[in-house]
Amino acid sequence: MSAEMVTITVDDKEITAPAGSYLLPVCLENDIYIPNLCYVEGMEKPPASCRLCLVEIEGVKGPQVSCRSEIFAGMVVKTNSEEILKLRQIAFRLLVSTNDGSCRTCISNRSCELQQIAKFLKQPLKTKRLRHIDRDYPELIDDHPYLVYEPKKCLLCGRCVHVCSTIEKGYKLSFAKRGMDTIVSFFGSELDPASVDCQDCFACTEVCPVGSLSSKEKWKAFIAGLDKK
Amino acid sequence: MKTEKSPKEHLKAHAESAASVVAALKDSPLPVIYVGAATCGLAAGALETIAGFEEALKDNGIEAEIRKVGCLGHCYAEPLVIIQNPGFPSLLYQKIGAGEAGILVRSFLKDGSDPCYEYLIGALEADENFPTLMDYPRYLYENRVVMEHCGLIDPKEVDHYLAVGGYESLAAGLEKGGAWVLDEVKAANLRGRGGAGFPAGKKWEIARGVEASSKMVICNGDEGDPGAYMDRTLLESNPHQVLEGLALAALAIGADRALLYIRAEYPLAVKIMEAAIIQAEAKNLLGENILGSDFSLAVTVFQGSGAFVCGEETALIESLSGRRGMPKVRPPYPAVSGFAELPTIINNVKTLSTVPSIIKNGAEWFHGIGTAESPGTAIFSVVGEVEYPGLVEVPMGVTLEHLVVDVCGGIKNGKELKAVQIGGPSGGCLPASLMETEIDFDSLKSVGAMMGSGGLVVMNEDTCMVEVARYFTDFTQGESCGKCTFCRIGTRHLREILQSITVGEGEMSDLDDLAEISEAVVAGSLCSLGKTAPNPVITTLRFFRDEYVAHIEEKRCPARMCRTLTAFYIDLEACARGCDACVACCPTEAIFTTSNRKKAIDQEKCVKCGECVYACPPEYDAVRRVSPPELIPDQGVEPLPVKENEEGDA
Repeated sequence: MSAEMVTITVDDKEITAPAGSYLLPVCLENDIYIPNLCYVEGMEKPPASCRLCLVEIEGVKGPQVSCRSEIFAGMVVKTNSEEILKLRQIAFRLLVSTNDGSCRTCISNRSCELQQIAKFLKQPLKTKRLRHIDRDYPELIDDHPYLVYEPKKCLLCGRCVHVCSTIEKGYKLSFAKRGMDTIVSFFGSELDPASVDCQDCFACTEVCPVGSLSSKEKWKAFIAGLDKK
Repeated sequence: MKTEKSPKEHLKAHAESAASVVAALKDSPLPVIYVGAATCGLAAGALETIAGFEEALKDNGIEAEIRKVGCLGHCYAEPLVIIQNPGFPSLLYQKIGAGEAGILVRSFLKDGSDPCYEYLIGALEADENFPTLMDYPRYLYENRVVMEHCGLIDPKEVDHYLAVGGYESLAAGLEKGGAWVLDEVKAANLRGRGGAGFPAGKKWEIARGVEASSKMVICNGDEGDPGAYMDRTLLESNPHQVLEGLALAALAIGADRALLYIRAEYPLAVKIMEAAIIQAEAKNLLGENILGSDFSLAVTVFQGSGAFVCGEETALIESLSGRRGMPKVRPPYPAVSGFAELPTIINNVKTLSTVPSIIKNGAEWFHGIGTAESPGTAIFSVVGEVEYPGLVEVPMGVTLEHLVVDVCGGIKNGKELKAVQIGGPSGGCLPASLMETEIDFDSLKSVGAMMGSGGLVVMNEDTCMVEVARYFTDFTQGESCGKCTFCRIGTRHLREILQSITVGEGEMSDLDDLAEISEAVVAGSLCSLGKTAPNPVITTLRFFRDEYVAHIEEKRCPARMCRTLTAFYIDLEACARGCDACVACCPTEAIFTTSNRKKAIDQEKCVKCGECVYACPPEYDAVRRVSPPELIPDQGVEPLPVKENEEGDA
């Protein structure tokens, strides 16, 4: 299958890519960074849930998620209009308003995508204008034999849920509850080591942008290291 | 099996036998008692009414038939009973409990002399001895197209629907073909009654144009708006009309399966629809080779598990597929790729219920009702502070004023209308000054509200608009599926800010935050539930900004509704010496006797529930509400000394 190549304009830069492919990966491949959290490379249908990758497309009403906008010949895109920047900032502020912001004691400190996006958007990692919302979660969920989950760090981007669904024997992760109580949950509660096949995978921890899901072994070592300091 | 006889000929045989069944009931030598026993009637006590009738009939040795029917929509008058007593026109009675049932049996059925005018609303047919329903404004102004037979036919008998011309549209559709049905609905410009108002014909046309091995039609009965019950009533009161609409939609797009998605909280609707499907299949009105044609349709019922968001099309499909009910990005639209990636049409109960009448009477007739851009009727559940709440079907284009004042009797207890909340939790609050707004999809949108699925809450001067915004935002944020950032977190911030304003902890900068977050949630949310969730905030900020400011700057709730900012006291001038009606109702024992043997409220103990306001006899009407609480006047209240009190009691 070879789709027709088309030329589009993103922020005055011309890009050529196959028609019908999604805008976000095309931009990323061409060194135009658009903040994103829920997208995983190679995803067939990104969930468009983080809402950070909004862009303006000429002739299309309202902001559009670039991860699900198919490109077409002559498409003109703006990734940094005033409206888009503002929306992105608000989305970011909303996300960090529910986070505990404890970077120094976090396993993903310095490798955290939220930190990188904060830098890109020139936004603080702690809410200033919005009040902090303390989500009604436990600090740590560690009943999985191989994984630990720190839900207060979780941005609910869903990468882990997605990646688990693509793996044979996978589909152990799912969202549970609703509204502000939404949480990633291990499917069912049969977390007996004999029936959980996660020991050689850890794909979910690799895609987690913020270190909310970690390998139990690595996490324990990290905590031990913290205690020494 | 496909046969030589035409669908109309097949139907004729059914209709004739149905007509004789119904005629036998109508001409019954015995009295027939029809009791409104839809969910609303049951909640109002219809089962007790039926038991009352049964007992009285037995005690008086009278033979009569009791039939459970659906809902007439007159909630203020439940339980409703129609009595068909030979020699009289059919008479409609209101508020018939078990006691009234006994009186009706003894006075009307036994003696045959007294039709009990005190409970009577009117006669269903014109009659010189009784007022008829058309003498009342409610019946006169309503235009019942979809609800025409609701409450008048037995929903558990397919014959009752057949006898009023049921399934004639389907037979006509089968003879003229799906393309003709589609053209009629397109020409009628039937707009989706679920809220968005997207033309059903356009949706159908897209699905019809897609080549697929199988296609599906879904009836969306996941009615979740607080205070709305239009769909439930239609499912419970005229199930076959829904099924006929569903079959016509399937015919129009070439679907071979259909499904009713009904929320599990509607057990009666589920039961009635399941029974209706079995009856329709038995008469070959659904199933294989319907009415001898080559069109077949399998219909099933699916029970939703009570998530508000599953009313959204893509979330509904996820839920049907056994997955978590979360909306997905569109496109692809369900009409192209929906359930199991097959073309899927999802229409609201009201939309489908309207289809048979369009096919029967034609698109031109439909355009004769309502407005040019929104033809047809609108069904509202009008609740709140109106005299006659209930389900109302009016032509599109009538004004809000007409609906609230003329049709529903205006505001209760001589109070002033303050606002109407239209369109459910994602609708808007419109002030009294906008009551001339016409009710149609576009006019409502232009003032910041929306048609929604038909919820209308009428509010009087005692309603605080900040609290209303907080209430609806609390609902939507709790029902957010949690998928997208703006809806999940944005609506939560809105609620937090509104909450702090209602307890007097707001700041003026909060108003900018409310506006900014609302705007972002509208622009950035994934699905239409998120995009519309801030509407109550946006409209109250626009039309009732002064109330927000009063809460923030004066710590005052103008409607005296927000508890923290309100206090109750008893006006000693008005309070009657020796009366203690308020004392017993107070849950915290905050009311004490004063030195002059009147009553006063201990502000420390008072939880501001307002029970004393209702308990105080109207001739005294001595309980006052003030906001801010500092406005309580110093009446020099002294408690009655304990010793004297004891003597007095003795």
